[in-house]
Amino acid sequence: MWTRKDLLGLEELSKEELELILSTAESFKEVSTREIKKVPALRGKTVVNLFYEPSTRTRVSFEVAAKRLSADVINIAVESSSVKKGETLVDTGSNIEALKADIIVVRHNSSGAAAMLARHLNISVVNAGDGWHEHPTQALLDIFTLKEKLGHISGLKVSIVGDIAHSRVARSNIWGLTKLGASVTVCAPKLLIPPAIEQMGAKVAYDIDEALSSADAVNVLRMQFERDSEAAFPQQLEYFKDFGITSERLKKAKKDIILMHPGPINRGIEIESSVADGTNSVILEQVTNGIAVRMAVLFLVAQANDKSQSVKDSES
Amino acid sequence: MNVSCLAEITPPLAPHLAGRRGKPSMKEKTRLLDKEGIGRILMRIAHEILEKNKGTENLCLIGIRNRGVYLAQRLAGCIKKIEDKDVSVGILDITLYRDDLTLIGQKPVVHKTEIGFDIDEKNVVLVDDVLYTGRTVRAALDALMDFGRPKTIQLAALIDRGHRELPVRADYVGKNIPTSKAEAVEVHLEDTDGKDEVVIVEKDSVDA
Repeated sequence: MWTRKDLLGLEELSKEELELILSTAESFKEVSTREIKKVPALRGKTVVNLFYEPSTRTRVSFEVAAKRLSADVINIAVESSSVKKGETLVDTGSNIEALKADIIVVRHNSSGAAAMLARHLNISVVNAGDGWHEHPTQALLDIFTLKEKLGHISGLKVSIVGDIAHSRVARSNIWGLTKLGASVTVCAPKLLIPPAIEQMGAKVAYDIDEALSSADAVNVLRMQFERDSEAAFPQQLEYFKDFGITSERLKKAKKDIILMHPGPINRGIEIESSVADGTNSVILEQVTNGIAVRMAVLFLVAQANDKSQSVKDSES
Repeated sequence: MNVSCLAEITPPLAPHLAGRRGKPSMKEKTRLLDKEGIGRILMRIAHEILEKNKGTENLCLIGIRNRGVYLAQRLAGCIKKIEDKDVSVGILDITLYRDDLTLIGQKPVVHKTEIGFDIDEKNVVLVDDVLYTGRTVRAALDALMDFGRPKTIQLAALIDRGHRELPVRADYVGKNIPTSKAEAVEVHLEDTDGKDEVVIVEKDSVDA
């Protein structure tokens, strides 16, 4: 049973709540295969995408998900908003609430931004990425794709390769996967492994071959060179040499290892071009599954936030 | 032929008896049908479906989750026995099409819809366990229209308990049970509940 009005991260979710989102998403996946790709579940609801960071794929994925549920969608990008004129996040949120919107999907460069908004507002808040903290729907779609491919999550070995220190995708994946019984290994150059990552339940490997050797799946993160130009980031070519996922390296891994990437991919930097398009890659299936997962999340938080207490006979 | 006139009529129960389907607090009041009774009714409805549609050509069955699915599968089994022909059976989850999603206290879980065949130009028989307000059927009709344009949609219900809130009627009725709104009719099936029976239940207080 889902009772949360917001989805802020996977850390606070129980195993049962994770499983409910995944099974609901499974039901929603069918909707996108229909000729008429729309159900009336959120008819009359308004979803506002409030993005303080540039994002195309996540924003479009949420927009498509909301529209397939028949919700009305409004996109607010920071460049064109009064944030430039000095309005605070909470004030912006309150204004959106005053417009009688029902759900805010927020992306922000500060960790905890979504949680702060959720505390101040009565309407639902869905975290679409906050700083280095969490990106719950990305991890949910990664886990959904894994489960679809392998049938289960419990007992799987999943390696996450890339800039772990600055990755909300890695954090959400570690929380979600470990709660569902998978074991997670993170792999990166030493300076990109955050301290105390083991306390989240992840193992650490500094050698890419070690991380790949027994993994059922590998999630390759994008090197976010635009985020940090400091010395912590190795040169691009050097990174590819030491940590890039190449067909040569995959030969030493399990033959049917599943290769995931949250996108956008940088061919030749974290992943060899032919590998990204190869048979192990599920990168585009992740995009498709992202819609089902986000439909499930929007549906669940909207339902939980319906204030009406009246109980109707479910009989028909 | 008026099909529903073939159905048996059971007198209404005392109106003060309140009930809601599937609640543990309810007490069983009267058993209306047992395994054999349900089996005979399904065989009769299968015959009626075949008679009305003149066989199995372009015929398909779509069960409304949850128990309608099992009833649809059993009807397909009866049709197989009668004509030795297979008819397609689909599964419809109407949760996303409900008109009371924002009103019901206990949030329904969304399950999969599985209609693995084209319903364009087909004669679709929609199958549900209990026909009551007609709102489930309204939702199911909307959902089916999103899947295609069937030639006809017919409705089969194991139990018709009256109290329609929408202009909906069934083409095939297993048993008419004119109830009080305060009562509840429960269809139990082996697949979902361990045994086949239809019971009227009472509950302690009216909270609906």
